Amino acid sequence: MDMELLLLYLVAGVTYGIIYAIVAIGFNIIYNTTGIINFAQGEFVMLGGMTAVTLNAFLPLPAAIVLAVILTMAVGALIEIIFIRWLVSPSVLRMIIITIGISIVVREAALHIWHEGVRALPYFTGNEITSVSLAGVRMSPQVLWVLGICSVMVVALNLFFHYTFLGRQMRACASNREAARLCGISAKNMVTLSFVLSAGIGALAGCVISPITYVQYDSGTGLAIKGFAVAILGGLGNSMGAVAAGLLLGVLESFSIMVMPTAYKDAIAISIMLGVLFVRPSGLFGSREAAKLKEF
Amino acid sequence: MLRIRNLESGYGSLKVLRKLSMHVSPGEIVTIIGANGAGKSTLLRTISGQLRARGGQILFNGDEIGKLAPEKIVFMGCSLVPEGRQVFATMTVKENLILGGYVQYRKKKMSAVEEGLERVLGLFPILREREGQLAGTLSGGEQQMLAIGRALMARPTLIMMDEPSMGLAPLIVKGIFQTIVRLREEGNTVLLVEQNARAALKVADRGYVIETGKLVLEGKSEYLLGDSEVQRAYLGKGYTEIWE
Repeated sequence: MDMELLLLYLVAGVTYGIIYAIVAIGFNIIYNTTGIINFAQGEFVMLGGMTAVTLNAFLPLPAAIVLAVILTMAVGALIEIIFIRWLVSPSVLRMIIITIGISIVVREAALHIWHEGVRALPYFTGNEITSVSLAGVRMSPQVLWVLGICSVMVVALNLFFHYTFLGRQMRACASNREAARLCGISAKNMVTLSFVLSAGIGALAGCVISPITYVQYDSGTGLAIKGFAVAILGGLGNSMGAVAAGLLLGVLESFSIMVMPTAYKDAIAISIMLGVLFVRPSGLFGSREAAKLKEF
Repeated sequence: MLRIRNLESGYGSLKVLRKLSMHVSPGEIVTIIGANGAGKSTLLRTISGQLRARGGQILFNGDEIGKLAPEKIVFMGCSLVPEGRQVFATMTVKENLILGGYVQYRKKKMSAVEEGLERVLGLFPILREREGQLAGTLSGGEQQMLAIGRALMARPTLIMMDEPSMGLAPLIVKGIFQTIVRLREEGNTVLLVEQNARAALKVADRGYVIETGKLVLEGKSEYLLGDSEVQRAYLGKGYTEIWE
């Protein structure tokens, strides 16, 4: 096996991995403030991509992306306000069923609006056949866009959570909801904000990845499953764990092609998730005690 | 400042407080004593809005607060130091305090928060040393100081404390009670719930004794300390003297 091919697999793995990580972080943000898994997380990614493609017909690419992200954030806020906000201490099962229901509704709505066609945004720079050479590996410039924008997102989220008053309020709600309310912080608004934030990062990820993976009305589901596996693998609620786990899963999937038929690629994520759930329910990163502490 | 009339409250089908009435005047330290399960914490949880009142009135500076959410009540100037500290364990000491100043941040601006931070760190110098440490790694006494400091950051006119001495070493407890006295000297009003009845009555101006959700006795602290029934039930022998 020659070196260049290995590096090629590695780059492909990291590209997918960072997208999984972003989806997983979306799961984590909502999990940390509400204690629930939002199964409609993948739909945010799909909505972002689809909306941007549609808007790009009338608007320049950057404007289309920005607008698509803002619209998806609005959808996230609406979902929370309509379906979640008014519930008084709902059970976990009820919340799960609600979010699965939302994901089906969004998917079906997308089918009506955009039909079954597969779409994609144009490459941000160059086109399908342009390539840049980095460390001896030829790759599409879009790969660099994905890596760059996702890394910036991860860093920006970290700065937001640790250095802004709003971010600290969200962490306070995650750490101790009752105590946060006793400080005058509105826990409900923080939950809405967590949906907006998750929708926003999901949508942006959906935009940058769409030239490579394409986007379709139901492409959110697959991403949600991978993202969920990564969130579990990294330890639910732990965003840095999610980044590490995302990259790990992406690379594993990518290299699995060397030993297994491509058709089994998706099975890898699920088997890893099951394995982790059996052996280390608190995830690869972090102890059982740490799993009780929610931190972004 | 705080006036409660015929308050009823509880959890689910369990009625804890039955027609309880009491008041706190500005500048006072008032303590509520009673056995486990008498409803002391329930009372504070109801005043702070964590539990909704089922009946009766809670007037704070003349405004009815019985139906308000906890975050609204904090904005009106009534803060609770919850039972068991409840600090933000995954955040640093400084972040905990800054979050306590959220009310000030919303009302004015960041400078008011910085000002409050200096005041609280002056009150608890140990917290200054621990500023960058995660709150979860502090000792019990330090966490209690942090919880009090966090509540003070909102610059409340009434500060309520739920069992501040719980689980702390006698020397630390003494420090906490000294702090309470000092808070009053600085013009604060304190409503204190304590199991350590002797120590609480020594710092308080007045006290209320509650049993199974009902008020059984009230009066000046010296009077309660001298009352034979209180002595028998709450100040029994073997209770370590820690306040001199």
